[in-house]
Amino acid sequence: MDKLVFDIAHLLAGSVLLVSFMMLYQNRLSALLNLFALHAVILAFSVAWQAHLQDAPHLYVTAMIALFFKALFIPLALHRIVVRLNIHRQIENVVGVGPTMLLGMGLAALGMLLMVRITPDSDLLGREDLGFALSTVMLGLLLMVARRNAVSQVIGFMSVENGTILAATGAKGMPMVVEISVAFSILIAFIVIGVFLFRIRERFDTVDLQALDQFRGEQG
Amino acid sequence: MIAVPWDAETLVLLIPLTAAAFLAVLPGYRLTAWLNMLASLLTLVCVLALFILPMPAPTQFLLIDDVNIVFILLNSFVGFTTSVFSASYIGHELHTGRLTPVYLRFYHAMYQVLMFAMNLALVSNNIGLMWVAIELATLTTVLMVGIYRTHQAIEAAWKYFILGSVGIALALFGTILVYKAAQPVVGEGMPGMVWTVLMAHAAKFDPATLNVAFIFLLLGYGTKVGLVPLHAWLPDAHSEGPTPISAVLSGLLLNVALFAVLRFKLLLAANPQAIMPGPLMVMLGLASLLFASLMLYRRRDIKRLFAYSSIEHMGIITFAFGMGGALANFAALLHMTMHSLTKSAIFFAVGHISQVKGTQKIADIRGLTETHPVLGWGLVVGVFAIAGLPPLGIFTSEFLVVTSTFAREPLLAVALVAGLVIALGGLLVHLNGIAFGSPSSGTARSQASYVPLFAHLALVCAAGLYLPPALVSWFRHVAGRLG
Repeated sequence: MDKLVFDIAHLLAGSVLLVSFMMLYQNRLSALLNLFALHAVILAFSVAWQAHLQDAPHLYVTAMIALFFKALFIPLALHRIVVRLNIHRQIENVVGVGPTMLLGMGLAALGMLLMVRITPDSDLLGREDLGFALSTVMLGLLLMVARRNAVSQVIGFMSVENGTILAATGAKGMPMVVEISVAFSILIAFIVIGVFLFRIRERFDTVDLQALDQFRGEQG
Repeated sequence: MIAVPWDAETLVLLIPLTAAAFLAVLPGYRLTAWLNMLASLLTLVCVLALFILPMPAPTQFLLIDDVNIVFILLNSFVGFTTSVFSASYIGHELHTGRLTPVYLRFYHAMYQVLMFAMNLALVSNNIGLMWVAIELATLTTVLMVGIYRTHQAIEAAWKYFILGSVGIALALFGTILVYKAAQPVVGEGMPGMVWTVLMAHAAKFDPATLNVAFIFLLLGYGTKVGLVPLHAWLPDAHSEGPTPISAVLSGLLLNVALFAVLRFKLLLAANPQAIMPGPLMVMLGLASLLFASLMLYRRRDIKRLFAYSSIEHMGIITFAFGMGGALANFAALLHMTMHSLTKSAIFFAVGHISQVKGTQKIADIRGLTETHPVLGWGLVVGVFAIAGLPPLGIFTSEFLVVTSTFAREPLLAVALVAGLVIALGGLLVHLNGIAFGSPSSGTARSQASYVPLFAHLALVCAAGLYLPPALVSWFRHVAGRLG
């Protein structure tokens, strides 16, 4: 494989992981949203590069979804919601920044080691891509666990999803990637466009999930 | 791609989809409730046709084989009876104003979309398509759980969305890994995701990749099965949504997710170097059984009580499929069928009970056999069945699970029996008050349709007394195919 081609693919996938790390220590919601948009933009470039490499034009559709839907539409919609709800305040981390970063590093190392170990003789590019993808998934899960705010949990989930899309495009010639990314986008759209956030607001005057936790199913 | 466009397997998918489109726009409660029933009945008829006609050749997307036909038949049967129950249940909800006509249209459309998604997951011959179908089923049920828009309903729906989506994402990662394992052997493109192709070549796949893939798939789809420790969404989702949805969730959607796990278990079993998937399933199943049976005792909400009972039974079924072998698989299939029928019958009864009593709190539902004898005794029979008392159907299947385990792993069997006994106690403690205590207020006559409830209970009783040889040989055949 051409060295440069490989390096560019590597750089893009690695940057996705790097942005995942940056999201972990953001304590302001709007900064987190901007970073997520960056996450999606890099993902779009990475997918487009893979489409070019694998000569798979349908992957450009996935790249377009990532660019327009996840990097533009969703962050803009969430920004509006955040501004309207007036929650430009600090995010309380459940776990402190230091331990979260350490955990994140541990998870990323785990993801890389696992993937490199189990795919010894497959193509080098695919294997490293899968390692980056798994690490991104794990960091997204960590972000969801470490945050209390409904908006940041949605962002965490979307970064998990970006990780799986990265894995899907890294697997050479995988069919149905477009269908899968469309299905995921529908899921996210339903959730983001109002259904929950507006209702949570309507009912509790907050999007802090601690307020939700007070309504345990079995009180009284 | 699809060989014959109008064959029965396509109709099983097209009918619910068309019905959903009509139900989304048509007004009027009576008309739409009838249409919902009619669509479910037509789907059931098509499935029966599928069952009688020779099996169609698999395509890249659709497949009918011995294994999934059991699931499809059960799915559309309970789907039909639940639509009958739903018609009388929803009438009451409209009357009391918990649902508005707009939400009713949404509810009916989503019901059919859910049926479509579950059938699609079952007939798909493609692991990518199956994933999309299960994701669609998750989305529709999240929306339906939140339909009452109370605090609790929103919390339940949010929890279900977060846990369900994470499960779905993990399952997708596993699916991608399966494709990665298959790609060097079967080549790039669609064949690497087609189930029948994967099965034919599974022995040559890279075992390490398959192992990791199975862990992701087990955790991902296992979340949807409600296996402990991934079950947290299940009790909330069951207790806060409309009761027909609780019946469909417990009776059907959990089975569909388990079916996905089973498919991948078969794939691993076909590769001699991969890990044995059985012990992992046995472990998760046993944990679910023990945990859920202990949790049965301190429930205060009647729907949550039976939600935990669903976790318990999914644990037993997963355990039995994990043990594997002809007898345990047979027992698991029988148990799954019996559980679906019994649990949906119980939810039918519970739905009407909570409507006449105006509450789901166990403490406020007392002495049902005096105030509402038909509902009360229906519930008693249902709970006796679900607790595994003879001579009802679940006793037979639980007995088979226990004996097949005793023959091979006596220690596991001890744990299994302990779980069953604990669950029996938990259910009977609550049943005593609900059915035979001094009657509580709420003596309104129920407008219920008892047909679905007693049809299910009759089937369960009949299966406990006599299993037709044709059914036994059919299940035995399927169990053999399950490895």
